[in-house]
Amino acid sequence: MRYAGNTRAVAAENRFPRRADLRANRAAPRPRLVRMAPPDDGALVLDELVKRYGAVTAVDRLSLRAERGAVTALLGPNGAGKTTTIEICEGFRRADAGRVAVLGLDPVADARALKARVGVMPQSGGVPGTARAGEFLRLVASFHTAPLDPGALLERLGLTKHAKTPFRRMSGGQQQRLSLAVAVVGRPELVFLDEPTTGLDPQARLATWELVEELRSAGVSVVLTTHHMEEAERLADRVVIIDGGRVVAAGAPAELTGAERQLRFRARAGLATDELLAALPPGSAAKESPAGHYLVEGDLGPELLATVTAWCAAHDVRADDLRIERRTLEDVFLELTGRELRG
Amino acid sequence: MTAVLDLTPAPGAVSVPRMIAAQTGYEVRTLLRNGEQLLLTLIIPVVLLLLFGGTSLLDLGPGPRVGFLTPGILALAVLSTAFTGQAIGTGFERRYGVLRRLGATPLPRAGLIAAKTLTVVLVEALQAVVIGAVAFALGWHPHGDPFSVLVLLLLGTAAFSGFGLLMAGTLRAEATLAAANLVYILLLATGGVVFPLDRFPSGVRSALELLPVSALADGLRDVLRDGHTLPGGPLLVLAVWAVAGLALAARFFRWE
Repeated sequence: MRYAGNTRAVAAENRFPRRADLRANRAAPRPRLVRMAPPDDGALVLDELVKRYGAVTAVDRLSLRAERGAVTALLGPNGAGKTTTIEICEGFRRADAGRVAVLGLDPVADARALKARVGVMPQSGGVPGTARAGEFLRLVASFHTAPLDPGALLERLGLTKHAKTPFRRMSGGQQQRLSLAVAVVGRPELVFLDEPTTGLDPQARLATWELVEELRSAGVSVVLTTHHMEEAERLADRVVIIDGGRVVAAGAPAELTGAERQLRFRARAGLATDELLAALPPGSAAKESPAGHYLVEGDLGPELLATVTAWCAAHDVRADDLRIERRTLEDVFLELTGRELRG
Repeated sequence: MTAVLDLTPAPGAVSVPRMIAAQTGYEVRTLLRNGEQLLLTLIIPVVLLLLFGGTSLLDLGPGPRVGFLTPGILALAVLSTAFTGQAIGTGFERRYGVLRRLGATPLPRAGLIAAKTLTVVLVEALQAVVIGAVAFALGWHPHGDPFSVLVLLLLGTAAFSGFGLLMAGTLRAEATLAAANLVYILLLATGGVVFPLDRFPSGVRSALELLPVSALADGLRDVLRDGHTLPGGPLLVLAVWAVAGLALAARFFRWE
């Protein structure tokens, strides 16, 4: 079972807290935060969190940990429970069971103390339709003691031209970027970004990614949800894959994808993979998934590569896109959460 | 070029009064920029005052026309700002997640309500100045006790705000929009604002006098036209509406 290692990692993750993580975290140099909580207190610690809506269990004994000064991505299909989880952390919803600690505090009981220290970017909206971008950003900035300069932040996110545009007349991508600006303008210690790049064009997405990377360099803890693998792979120090309200895998992107490589090619559908497998060295694997897409795993040395191409030549198989690569986060994700569409 | 931003955490919130002041300034600015709101809060009252005060289209009973009309128009102004405008504005803020978004900032919920109340009071003050100026131009000679006027206006504001927030916090935004406008028109027509209540049959009239807008209009007439001080009946009616409205809003308002 090739996921055995990862499965153990998940099991270890769910024991709480995880010692190896704490040690690694202490070793990493981090800028001093303004108000330090106990040093081994994570930015976010969820323990056996449960949230039910009637008969539906949206979050099902979910445990995870986001370290301070790191980017943690909650990755999962639609309806996996990501937004519900993050809204519980933001204090917008109460959990039915389990424990939540945000910067060591309770998001509901300690809401007053947390609001100034935590920035929130909701999935959509949240700004009055008639509000002008710059005006609303300045308003939220004025609630804080040492905010970022709203003008510089707008410039940074390419919104200077739209400072006087009413929110409802901004494009979806511009609204998203304003929402991000509002989340960070108060210079928070921790930001929650719920699908920060959904609907953005490539330039705007890059600008958002760069800002997230800078937040991390500045020592800000970032917890974001996404279903873009590329985003999680690029930004996250830790990825937590959530499905059906549970954590199904967690770790650094490289840990999740593993060092293993695979050979992929496309060809006509319905090749006899068992015949191909028979020609390969023992310990190899070959399968077709989906139709016309072939995957070969094993010791991907020159010998195996030669065997595959020789087999293709012998069977008059014209292979396209033949390549050897590492597993991507997407492979892991689909492997863990299944390929079928959810309702 | 990209601007340099120091993103190093430096969290902290200013004092609650400063946040309330900032929020109030923001709300007043956006409200005064909103064309529909201005129509409701200033243009309709002023047009009604000019139309019925400056012409004899309507039989307003004995005495100067503007002496009857101005208190009614002031009551209508309070209704439009504290109830209709606030219900519609807050209803859409709730619908578009603005209340929730502001709930994630350091501004406490009580601070947001305080800012909305201050906004209503400031806009009412502006309405009173404009309506008063137009009335004086039409020859208005008010009597009476400014303190009584202030108490009536504040109680009326509390009553209408309570019901406005109750509607905004319980109904869908579209339903609030329709219902708040309907209530405005019904109260305009039947609340003794421009049409004297003594035109209605006496049974109907006694019932209509219990409406908050009638109590406010009658109370203001008692003071400004007839020179009374702290008119008991209207004050009692308004106090009951205020307590009921604010209690219901506190109990049933949902933030999202």
